[in-house]
Amino acid sequence: MRAPTIQKRTEQRGGVGESVQRPDGVPKTKGEFAYSSDLWAENMLWGATTRSPHPRARIVSIDTREALATPRVRTVLTHEDVPGRKSYGMEVPDQPVLAWDDVRYQGEAVALVAADHPEAARRAAGRVKIEYEVLEPLVDPETALADGAPALHPSGNVIRHIRIRHGDQEASAEVVVKGDYQVGMQDQAFLGPESGLAIPDGEGGIDLYVSTQWLHIDLDQLAASLDLPPSKVRITLAGVGGAFGAREDLSIQIHCCLLALETGRPVKMMYGREESFFGHVHRHPARLHYEHGAMRDGRLVYVKARIVLDGGAYASSSTAVCANAACFSCGPYNVPNATIDAYAVYTDNPPCGAMRGFGAVQTCFAYESQMDRLAKALDIDPVELRRLNAMDTGATMITGQEVEGPAPVAELLKRVRNAPLPPDGDAMDIRTLPGGVSNTTHGEGVKRGVGYALGFKNIGYSEGFDDFSTARVRLSVVAGEPQVEVHSAASEVGQGVVTVQMQIARTELGVQQVVVLPADTSIGSSGSSSASRQTWMTGGAVKNACEAVRARLLQRAAQRLGKRHGKLTLDGANIVSAGSGSVASISDIVGDDPIEETKEYHHRKTFPLDPRTGQGNAHVAFAFAAHRAVVDVDLDLGLVRVVEMATAQDVGKALNPQAVEGQIEGGIAQGLGLALMEEIQISQGRILNPSFTDYLIPTILDMPPVRADVLELGDPHAPYGLKGVGEPPTISSTPAIVAALRDATGRPLTRVPVRPDDIVGLDGQSG
Amino acid sequence: MRRVSLTVNAVEHEAMVEPRQLLVYFLREQLGLTGTNVGCDTSTCGACTILLNGKSVKSCTVLAVQAEGTEVTTIEALAQDGDLHPLQQAFHETHALQCGYCTPGMIMAALDLITNNEDMDEDEIRTGLEGNLCRCTGYHNIVKAIQQASSEMRSFATK
Repeated sequence: MRAPTIQKRTEQRGGVGESVQRPDGVPKTKGEFAYSSDLWAENMLWGATTRSPHPRARIVSIDTREALATPRVRTVLTHEDVPGRKSYGMEVPDQPVLAWDDVRYQGEAVALVAADHPEAARRAAGRVKIEYEVLEPLVDPETALADGAPALHPSGNVIRHIRIRHGDQEASAEVVVKGDYQVGMQDQAFLGPESGLAIPDGEGGIDLYVSTQWLHIDLDQLAASLDLPPSKVRITLAGVGGAFGAREDLSIQIHCCLLALETGRPVKMMYGREESFFGHVHRHPARLHYEHGAMRDGRLVYVKARIVLDGGAYASSSTAVCANAACFSCGPYNVPNATIDAYAVYTDNPPCGAMRGFGAVQTCFAYESQMDRLAKALDIDPVELRRLNAMDTGATMITGQEVEGPAPVAELLKRVRNAPLPPDGDAMDIRTLPGGVSNTTHGEGVKRGVGYALGFKNIGYSEGFDDFSTARVRLSVVAGEPQVEVHSAASEVGQGVVTVQMQIARTELGVQQVVVLPADTSIGSSGSSSASRQTWMTGGAVKNACEAVRARLLQRAAQRLGKRHGKLTLDGANIVSAGSGSVASISDIVGDDPIEETKEYHHRKTFPLDPRTGQGNAHVAFAFAAHRAVVDVDLDLGLVRVVEMATAQDVGKALNPQAVEGQIEGGIAQGLGLALMEEIQISQGRILNPSFTDYLIPTILDMPPVRADVLELGDPHAPYGLKGVGEPPTISSTPAIVAALRDATGRPLTRVPVRPDDIVGLDGQSG
Repeated sequence: MRRVSLTVNAVEHEAMVEPRQLLVYFLREQLGLTGTNVGCDTSTCGACTILLNGKSVKSCTVLAVQAEGTEVTTIEALAQDGDLHPLQQAFHETHALQCGYCTPGMIMAALDLITNNEDMDEDEIRTGLEGNLCRCTGYHNIVKAIQQASSEMRSFATK
């Protein structure tokens, strides 16, 4: 398994494979980078949203008079003012732009206000009088699934059911373990809340500047609800303060444009942190029942699972999350027989959708917990059990799909297993102990645990979706030097896709000076910055466009120079022939006639899952990672300190090693958060902790050292052999930490996040 | 409305503000200094960290009127004559940022730490930055950046 070699040319600084510094690093460190929350326009108004306080209610009446009479208020809008499609959604347009009959979750938008001042807008939003007939919310997904449950949507309560029937459905095994697991609702908790600025063009069209993950899916939904042709709606990516899935769905987009078109003035909207918790989807909470059957020697015979994902009030990307949960439900293991039922269900809880790991996170916690349980039942080392069942290239997934690319599961596991263990804690330094400077222990009652987990996930979009990206590359001469301009609609959300576009252009065209233009909808779609796909897809499009530019450049050179030099190639910024060496520079050939090409990149075709059996070649490629967690646990107080995380991950090809490392460390932090602290607490459909005071994310003191081992086993189908990097670190880090906690405590710990109560045995489960 | 006079990034300002106005919004909206970000509104995340009379402060916990007579330093004042401050340079070089939303606050908090203790070990840096959240990086490169900047600033000081 070797990476495809990149054709070696004259050394080009800042190309593919180097830790190139990000071009936005300077403005970001200087405070000059314009986030969507920093935007300002002459004469602009501020928008605010009136939201339902009830998780479920019928709207009896809406009275906007008092809100409209508030000083400095310019307009108040309700569902009656939505000119086009009254609802939106990425996959199922089931979410009202502004609610008209029922509200289905706490925080659902009902009315909008625009005013001269943000506080006037907020005050007026509170003065929209909405009379509700409050109804009992349906908050339990199992109840919503049951026969006779009241239907929350005309289509019923099941958003999607994926049924996988693979192999022998009657297979029996020598050893059987069963378990029930739960995953809490995690928030993406990006640091920059939702915001944007809409500017009407005075001719019925609109320009929107917004932080988002996918400009063109926003465009489609905006045009439909604004009842405008897509050409009248132009969206430009504003600075994005993190995303992690939470910016795939719309937040302020339609609202801000409605207000701007109504008032004829620019309108800015900006959520605070509390509103942000109601303004985007979250990670699906899950309940998972698993049964693993194995032979005495540890070989897996079958897996049966029933997975219930709480989709909340609206579909968002639940259909795809459900498919992922099902497809990856058995882990990167050879499982000859599988019986899987995964459901995504409507409830009156907050809507759930995309978050880093996307369905694979929930099932990974369950199947890895099961592998440890099975290891215990078989009295086999948990690492050995995993090695014995590890997938490799050529393995058949439970969907019947063959894993074609590198699948170095056993190798990744070996690497984390062989990584040196961290030294014992220093009882003299309380900062190194659970509880830290709270001074809760000086080492007494503290026990160390070590746990392992493996995870995998698809890269890119699946199930027959024609996923593609578009890029335009222009080669010109500026002040005597060649320059490349790259344009795409790929959202830079912090991951570094602008940097890799520059690197690819440098490598392909040998030109040092590369400018990446702002992402906007004046070019074709780049798809979403999600599913660990953007470097692959937009990287592929930029590479294709560069190759087309290079071909035209060489063609032009051949015409210009005649046939005497034979075949011409590009070496650095020089055009060379085998016989004569350098025959011209790029600048000589381009002159004042730039060469420009726009190209798409499509990944190879995928296919739907058979609705009865869940069989099909639904995925393009897979990414794998292994994690080892070392924890210290205070057994008396249930406090935890993660001492170290070791990981090995196959990234195919690290286009920017420093950025890869950043993705791995940042992803592990989010996995640690889910393992130990991050949960949106819901009671009767209401969020109890919509703030960073009560929704905890890992601090700099929570984050342990990370020992990362990056493998580069090129994927044969990907540009440069690269695989996606962003999601695997978040997938198996969570179960590894919980496995380590079980190792230290001996307790079952079947729910994440693990609470101190669970560790000390107040969770009602026997140890 | 109340009159407030203060020095921001070495420039004296006098302005009329509402008594309830937070310093961060005064800086962002009245002075246009949008480098200081707002992440949480509850003084948890530290994105809005600035220096008030040389000490790092979360500017969402300070009223503009409380800043009367003070000297405020924001991220915009750090680069001199187009040269990045060693902390800015180090954050850039060590990839200590991804989305960058926490970065100005991190740098301002780190500046206060470095000023008070040029020779911090990793634990001291971590303890000092516990009030600044980053959601992207996992923090390791932030620690590296501060170590790099701190050693550069020390060697500069001894020259």
